[in-house]
Amino acid sequence: MSRFSIFSLARNAMSWHQNWPRQWRSPDPKPEYDVVIIGAGGHGLATAYYLAKEHGITNVAVIEKGWLGGGNTGRNTTIVRSNYLWDESGLFYENAMKLWENLSQELNYNVMFSQRGVLNLAHNLGDVRESIRRVNANNLNGIDAEWLNAEQVKEFCPIINISKDSRYPVMGATLQRRGGTARHDAVAWGYARGADDMGVDVIQNCEVQGLMIDNGTVKGVRTSLGDIKAKKVAMACAGHTSVVADMAGIRLPIESHPLQALVSEPMKPVIDCVVMSNAVHVYVSQSDKGELVMGAGIDAYVGYSQRGSLHVIEDQLGSAMELFPLFSRTRMMRSWGGIVDTCPDASPIVGKTPVKNLYVNAGWGTGGFKATPGAGWCYAHTIAKDEPHDLNAAFSIDRFITGALVDEHGAAGVAH
Amino acid sequence: MLYIKCPWCGERDETEYHYGGEAHIVRPENPDELTDAEWAEYVFMRTNTKGVHRERWVHSDGCRRWFNVARNTVTNEIVSVYKTGEKPDLPEAVTTKPAPAKKAAAKKAPVKKKEGA
Repeated sequence: MSRFSIFSLARNAMSWHQNWPRQWRSPDPKPEYDVVIIGAGGHGLATAYYLAKEHGITNVAVIEKGWLGGGNTGRNTTIVRSNYLWDESGLFYENAMKLWENLSQELNYNVMFSQRGVLNLAHNLGDVRESIRRVNANNLNGIDAEWLNAEQVKEFCPIINISKDSRYPVMGATLQRRGGTARHDAVAWGYARGADDMGVDVIQNCEVQGLMIDNGTVKGVRTSLGDIKAKKVAMACAGHTSVVADMAGIRLPIESHPLQALVSEPMKPVIDCVVMSNAVHVYVSQSDKGELVMGAGIDAYVGYSQRGSLHVIEDQLGSAMELFPLFSRTRMMRSWGGIVDTCPDASPIVGKTPVKNLYVNAGWGTGGFKATPGAGWCYAHTIAKDEPHDLNAAFSIDRFITGALVDEHGAAGVAH
Repeated sequence: MLYIKCPWCGERDETEYHYGGEAHIVRPENPDELTDAEWAEYVFMRTNTKGVHRERWVHSDGCRRWFNVARNTVTNEIVSVYKTGEKPDLPEAVTTKPAPAKKAAAKKAPVKKKEGA
């Protein structure tokens, strides 16, 4: 792997940047691997990277139905934060945040991680109490969080409308200064490049059509490119987890929904932080290109169509206009949808399954991107040791039987 | 935007309705005999079908009555609308259309449920 540096940049400038090598191979699948990961999105690639780096397991394939990072990794609104309420989630996401803070250096790849601060707005007394409680819980877990009143919100984000006459008045907000955004594609590309360098095969256009299961133990996957044997198989295919789990006869508490996002035409810098409102389903940031990146809520119905209904976007933009009257004449340029796996308690499932040597990483709902490094790190540990790490032990499938749910509806970006 | 034909009021925009989740999940008749796993199956586990999905809707801004819809979750095509208490068979061509590659899909969920009202 050629390392990126000021020197390699200068050297390649001499040849008009025509001679940069490819960043990863496109190998044919081998007949057998130690670990096959289903899904080459951020989570799957991060898992492969940490399997190779932390656990020395390099005979790994990451297989992908479409193209690398083309699912939810390439469709999210790139927000990163760790201000979750419960200890289990707070510590889990904070571990991810610490990995984010060093990710560009770790991968020698600029993931454009920008800790510009994330505001979560409160619009009524219930929100205010819940938010202050969450700030306190975060501080007890060593996660940075502050409570801002309406005037302080205005100071932090001057274009926000804090009028008391507003349909959704801003009564305050929590602020995580270490939160921000990252370039979503670059995260997938950086992990793919790093994993490939350590010997991991990233195989695109390879659809899983079945699982080989013998006596309750997974033996491999049947794919559109033929059968691939594997000692361990790990799902990282958010959106379609139920479809793959069904091949193993596993029932999951997951429902897939369309989630939409949209970007505006590029404009001059107007908003230098991330503003989120769980209650009215608005989350806004501005990309380096100047586009406003906005997300909507999920469509209520189960769907795999990667598109949602217009009224969801209308509701979301209506709320956004109240908060940011300045945007009223902004034209929206593109909108798209992704398929999100939602769990009943708005927390993910990362762990073992009833089938031996088959693992599941799913149920991230609307907020899987921020977890990418941490999820990959914990998932790799779970696969390598056949035992979850302390950080993801609480996120087992068993919690739906024991009742030990991790209810994060308050801290999730979008209600579902 | 879906157009849904309410069995009582006719075709209306999706915004008049609310979604009620997977249909034909029957409350267990013997709740005090259920194990935790059986409760989890009833409360949390869902088929999350890719293809034709039977689901409940309520015409909340209209007649406020509940009914069932069979909808293809990939194409959003509404295959059938029927009243609560009914469960018509769907044409085979419709139910197998969306996921032709998937052989294992024919296998049903491990926990058998009594199909009721």
